Amino acid sequence: MPKDFGIGASSKRREDARFLTGNGRYTDDINIHGQAYVHFLRSEVAHGNLKSVNVDAAAASPGVIRVFTGADFAEVGGLPCGWQVTDRHGEPMKEPPHPVLAQGKVRHVGDPIAAVVAETAAEARDAAEAIEVEIEELPAVIDMQAALDGGPLVHDDLETNLCYDWGFVEENKEQVDAAISNAPHVTRLELTNNRLIPNAMEPRVAVGDYNPSNDESTLYTTSQNPHVIRLLMGAFVLSIPEHKLRVVAPDVGGGFGSKIFHYAEEAFCTFASRQLKRAVKWTASRSESFMSDAHGRDHRTVIELALDNDGKFLAIRTSTLANMGAYLSTFSTSVPTWLHGTLMAGNYTTPLVYVNVKAVFTNTVPVDAYRGAGRPEATFQLERVIDKAARELSLDPVELRRRNFIKPEQFPYATPVALEYDTGNYHATMDKLEEIAGLEGFAARAEMSRADGKLRGLGVNCYIEACGIAPSNLVGQLGARAGLYESATVRVNATGSVTVMTGCHSHGQSHETTFPQVVSEMLGIAEDQVHIQHGDTASTPMGMGTYGSRSIAVGGSAMLRATEKIIAKARKIAAHLMEASEEDIEFVDGVFKVAGTDKETAWGDVCLAAYVPHNYPLSELEPGLEETAFYDPANFTFPAGAYACEVEVDPETGKVDICSFAAADDFGNVINPMIVDGQVHGGIAQGVGQALLENAAYDSDGQLLTGSYMDYAMPRADDLPSFTVDHSCQTPCTHNPLGVKGCGEAGAIGSPPAVVNAVIDALARGGHQVDHIDMPLSPYRVWEAINA
Amino acid sequence: MVEINMTVNGQQRSGSVEGRTLLSDFLRDQLKLTGTHVGCDTSQCGACVIHADGVAVKACAIFAWEADGAEITTIEGMAEADGSMSPIQQAFQDYHGLQCGFCTPGMVMSAAALLKENPDPTEAEIRDYLEGNICRCTGYHNIVKAIQAAAAA
Amino acid sequence: MYDFLVERPTSISQAVAALRDDDTQVIAGGQTLIPTMKNRLAGASKLVSVTKVKEMLVFVAEDGVLRIGASTQHDRVAQLQDSGEFPALGYLAANIGDPAVRNRGTIGGSLANNDPAACYPAAVLASNATIVTDSRSIAADDFFIGMFDTDLREDELIVEVRFPIPQRAAYVKFEQPASRFALVGVFVAQNAGRVRVAVTGASDGGVFRWHQAEEALSADFNPASVADLQVSAEGMIADIHGSARYRAHLVQTLTSRAVAAAS
Repeated sequence: MPKDFGIGASSKRREDARFLTGNGRYTDDINIHGQAYVHFLRSEVAHGNLKSVNVDAAAASPGVIRVFTGADFAEVGGLPCGWQVTDRHGEPMKEPPHPVLAQGKVRHVGDPIAAVVAETAAEARDAAEAIEVEIEELPAVIDMQAALDGGPLVHDDLETNLCYDWGFVEENKEQVDAAISNAPHVTRLELTNNRLIPNAMEPRVAVGDYNPSNDESTLYTTSQNPHVIRLLMGAFVLSIPEHKLRVVAPDVGGGFGSKIFHYAEEAFCTFASRQLKRAVKWTASRSESFMSDAHGRDHRTVIELALDNDGKFLAIRTSTLANMGAYLSTFSTSVPTWLHGTLMAGNYTTPLVYVNVKAVFTNTVPVDAYRGAGRPEATFQLERVIDKAARELSLDPVELRRRNFIKPEQFPYATPVALEYDTGNYHATMDKLEEIAGLEGFAARAEMSRADGKLRGLGVNCYIEACGIAPSNLVGQLGARAGLYESATVRVNATGSVTVMTGCHSHGQSHETTFPQVVSEMLGIAEDQVHIQHGDTASTPMGMGTYGSRSIAVGGSAMLRATEKIIAKARKIAAHLMEASEEDIEFVDGVFKVAGTDKETAWGDVCLAAYVPHNYPLSELEPGLEETAFYDPANFTFPAGAYACEVEVDPETGKVDICSFAAADDFGNVINPMIVDGQVHGGIAQGVGQALLENAAYDSDGQLLTGSYMDYAMPRADDLPSFTVDHSCQTPCTHNPLGVKGCGEAGAIGSPPAVVNAVIDALARGGHQVDHIDMPLSPYRVWEAINA
Repeated sequence: MVEINMTVNGQQRSGSVEGRTLLSDFLRDQLKLTGTHVGCDTSQCGACVIHADGVAVKACAIFAWEADGAEITTIEGMAEADGSMSPIQQAFQDYHGLQCGFCTPGMVMSAAALLKENPDPTEAEIRDYLEGNICRCTGYHNIVKAIQAAAAA
Repeated sequence: MYDFLVERPTSISQAVAALRDDDTQVIAGGQTLIPTMKNRLAGASKLVSVTKVKEMLVFVAEDGVLRIGASTQHDRVAQLQDSGEFPALGYLAANIGDPAVRNRGTIGGSLANNDPAACYPAAVLASNATIVTDSRSIAADDFFIGMFDTDLREDELIVEVRFPIPQRAAYVKFEQPASRFALVGVFVAQNAGRVRVAVTGASDGGVFRWHQAEEALSADFNPASVADLQVSAEGMIADIHGSARYRAHLVQTLTSRAVAAAS
C-alpha cells in the first residue's frame, strides 16, 4: 500500500499551483522601480587584440545612461575559479584572469567587450550597435590537440595552452602500464564526449539593485546557489562584505549545472547599480545564452581495457583531453579530474586504473559542469569500451559486466581510484533491468523490424556516480576552495507550523514538496504545516546550493539534524509540561506521551509553551523552538543502476528511433517516488539528446555553428518514447541519516552509452561492423558509418 | 506608436506600442501578465504560446499591433471561473507534468489547443503536436501522461 | 530590431501603393520575418501587413485548379490532408513548423522568402503551379531564382498560387534534426501522364527539378524506376547536418519513397 504522506509518498507538488497558473516569480518577472537595462556588446571574433573601443556615439544615443568598457573594470577583480587542481608533477594548474569585461584581448565569440546601460532594453541594444570596436584578429585555436601542439596562445602570459596535466592515481601508472602490456587481451577505443549547451529553458537574468541609504546591494539572479554567488562575487570580484550583499535566486527555470557558476553579467549588474545608483537589469536572449552560458562535456579520450581470457578486467588506462574553453569557469577544473577520474572503476572490480587528463585552453566558451559533470564522461567511455570488448571476445555484454561486478558482499568496497563505495547491489539492478526491459522478447522484435526494412539493436550498460557532494575535509585536500556542507534552520512557529530555511535551491527539483515530507514524517504533523524557504541569502543559512544530486543527501540530512534538535528540545518542554522525566517521554505521531501512563500533550501545546513560556523551565531552557544544523557528509553517495535502450535504425537514411528505454536505478531510500521518476525521465531525455541530437560545433575560426535552436538540436517530444523506470532496488546509503543517495543526474549519466551501444548493435545485426560512432549519432553520421 | 485594443482573458485591454513591440513583451511588460515566458529568440521553444482568437500562436512571433482586436487567452486566463485549476492544469499537477515550470505555460496552452482540435489524441499525436514546445526537465514523459489524463477527464 | 512604421491595408491596391515607399517590407504571418528582425538580420522602415487583404485569402478548387490566396495559413492548407482534392499538399502543410507556426505562417510568405529548406517551393515547382502577383502570373519554373531569391520585384506582391491538381502526388521530407526544416524534401507529382520531381533542402541554388527522375518516372511511375539513378553531389549543401554526398543520396531515397507513397 503506497503511503499517502511523509517519506515514501508520491505527494503532489505544491510548487505547481503557481507554475500552472502563471504566478511563478522568475527573475525576469522582477522589475525594480526605476531600473535601467543593460545590453552587452560581445565579441564576434574568437580571438583578437582589442585595439580600441570608442563609445562616444553610443553614449550619445537616445536613452543611454552610461557605457561601460573593460577600462571601468581594470581595478575590479576577475571571476574566480573555485577548485585548484595540482598536476602530476606537483605543479598548480595555470589560472589566467577572467575579467568581467574584456581587458586587451577577446578570447571567444561572445566574450563581453562593453555594456550599454539605457532606459529601455531596446535603446541599450540600439546604442550598442554604435560602439566602434577595433580588433586585430588573431588566429583562433579550437582543436585541443592543435592547442597543445604549438597553436596560438589563448593567454599569452601562460606561454602554454595546457592548464594542467593530471595523473590519477599517479603511483599506479607503472603497474597499470605493465598490466596492459602483459594482458591477453586489450580493447582500445578512441572517442569524443561531445560538447553540449545546457539550455535550461529560462535564459539567465540578473538584476542588480543598490540601496544608497544603507549601502546594501541586492542581486536577483538565476542561480542554483545564491550563497556561493554572494561568497564569490562579494569576496573576489567586487569586495562587498556579506552583510552588505544579498543574493536572491527566486523561481529559477532549470539549471542543469549551468546556473551554478558565477557569471560576469551578475557582477556587472551589481557593479553598475552601485555606480549608477539605480537598478540594472540584464535578460539574456537565447542567442546570448548559447555563447555565454558555460558549455558542458567536450572530452577527447583514449581508453584501454585489459582483460584476461575469462573476461575479467585487469586494468584500465585512459588519456583525456578536456576542453576548458577560454577561461576557467567556477568549477571547470574539478569536472575532468575529481568528478571523472574517481569514477573510472565503475561498477567493477578492476584492480588497476590510471587516468590522465590534460585540460586545455581554446578560443571557445568556457566549459563547466553540466548534469552529471565528469561522471557521464567516465561512464560513457567505460561502458562503451566494455561493449566493444564483449564484441571482440564474442561474449554477451551483460554477462561480461556481471562477471566483473563488485559483489554485494564486497561492500564497503575501496576502488583503486580513491573512492570507497559504501553500498550497492549491481546484480540486483541488472536483474531488475532484464525484467522491466523485456529483454527476452528482443529477438522477435528485431525480426519485425527487419521485415520493415529497419535494423533493431539493443544496448545495455551500467553506471555508478558519486553524489551528495561532498565531505569538506576531503574535497579541501583535493583542491576545492569551498566547503561542501549544507545547512538548514527549522523554525517552529508558536502555533506548531514549521518553516524550514535551507541553503539548497530548488529549480525544478521539487524541494518545496519533498523536504516537508521528511519533516512531516519526523514530527507527525501534516505536510502542509511545513513550509520551505530557499533562495535568499538574507533569510537562509549559509549553504552551498543545489548540484551534484546533493540536495536531499546533504541538505535533507541537515534538515533532519535540525529537526532532531527540535524534537530533543520539544521533549524537554513536554517533560516539563507533564511533570515527567525527560527519559520517559515518547514522541509518536505528533504527540508526546509519558511512557506507561495515559498522560500526553500535543505538538501544538509544546510549541505554544515554547513561545508563551508561562509554564516553562526558563532557568534551564531558552524559550522558542528554532534550530539550525550544518551537515557535512562523511562520504559521497553512490547511486548506481543498469539501463537498456532499444533502437531502430533506418539503414537508408541513418535515422535512429528510440523504441524503448528502461532504467533500473538504486537511489537508496526514496522520499517521493513520483518526483524521483520525473528526475530520471528528464535525465534520460538529456542523455538521449547527447547521444543522438545535441552538439555544440565550432568552425576552425571559432564561430559557433550551433548558435540557436535552428542548428542545436534539442530533444523534442517526438524524439523520445515513454520510459520504463524503476527504483525498487534500494541499498540505503549507510552514512547519511536518511539513507538516500540522490537521483538528479543518474538519467543523464546512464543513458548515452545505452543508446550508442544499441546503435552499434543494430548495425552489427545488419552486417555493418562499426566499432564506434561519435555522438551525436545523427542520421548523417550513422549513414556515413554504414557507407564508410 | 500604435494604439491597440484587445480582449485579454476576457478583459478589454488597450495600450500604446512601438511597431516593434512583440505581443509577448506587451503582455509581460505593459499588462504585467508574466505567466507568458520567453525562452528563445527564434520562435522555437514555445514557452510563449498563447491563444489568439482560439488558436495557439507564439506570442514572441507576433507584433502587438497584429493582435489588435483579437481575443487573447494566456495562462493566467486558463483557470476555472471559481479560480480552481482547469482539468488540463490539474492533470499536469496530478501527473507531475512540470518541474522548473518555465516551459509550462506554453505547454499547457498547446495542450489545450490540441484537445480542442482532437479530444482523444494518441500518444503519437500528442508528441507530434508538442513539436514546438521544448521542455528540458521532464523528458516529456509525464507531460504526455498529463495530456492523456486530461483528455480522459 | 529598430522600430518601424506599420501599415495595414485591406486591399491589394492599397498594399501595392504602400509597398512603393523605400525600405518597405511585406509582413504576412511573420513566422520567419519576425525572428529574423529580432536578430537584426532583417529590418525595414515600414512593414506592410497583408493579413487583412481579403483577396489574398481565396481558397477554392475550380476546373482542376486549386487557388490558394497568398495569406492562407499553413493550418488551412493542412486541412486538404483529409478532405481535399490535393492531400499531398495538405500533408506538406501539416508538417511545416509546429502547430503555432502553422496558425500564423502563410504560403505567400514562404514562397516570397524562398528559404532553400522550405517545403512549399517543392510543391509549387513539382505541381507546375502559377504564382499570381498583383501585376502578372509567373510560372513556377521562372519564379525560383536561387537561395532566398525569386523573380519578384521589390514592390511586387504575391496574391495567390494556382496549383493544377495532380492525378497523384506525394511529398516526403527528411528533417534537419534541429530546425525541423527539410534537410531534403522531395515532391513528386504526376499530371496528364507527365511527372515532375522537385527537391528542396538539398541544393545551394534552392529548390530544383530532378529531370532525370522525371523522365524515368514519366515512362514508368514506379519506385524501381529511380532505384539506379543518382544525383550529383555537386552544388549540394554541405553543413554539420549532412555532407553534399549525403544530401544527394537522400534525394534518390526520398524520391523513391515519394513515388511509393503516391502510387
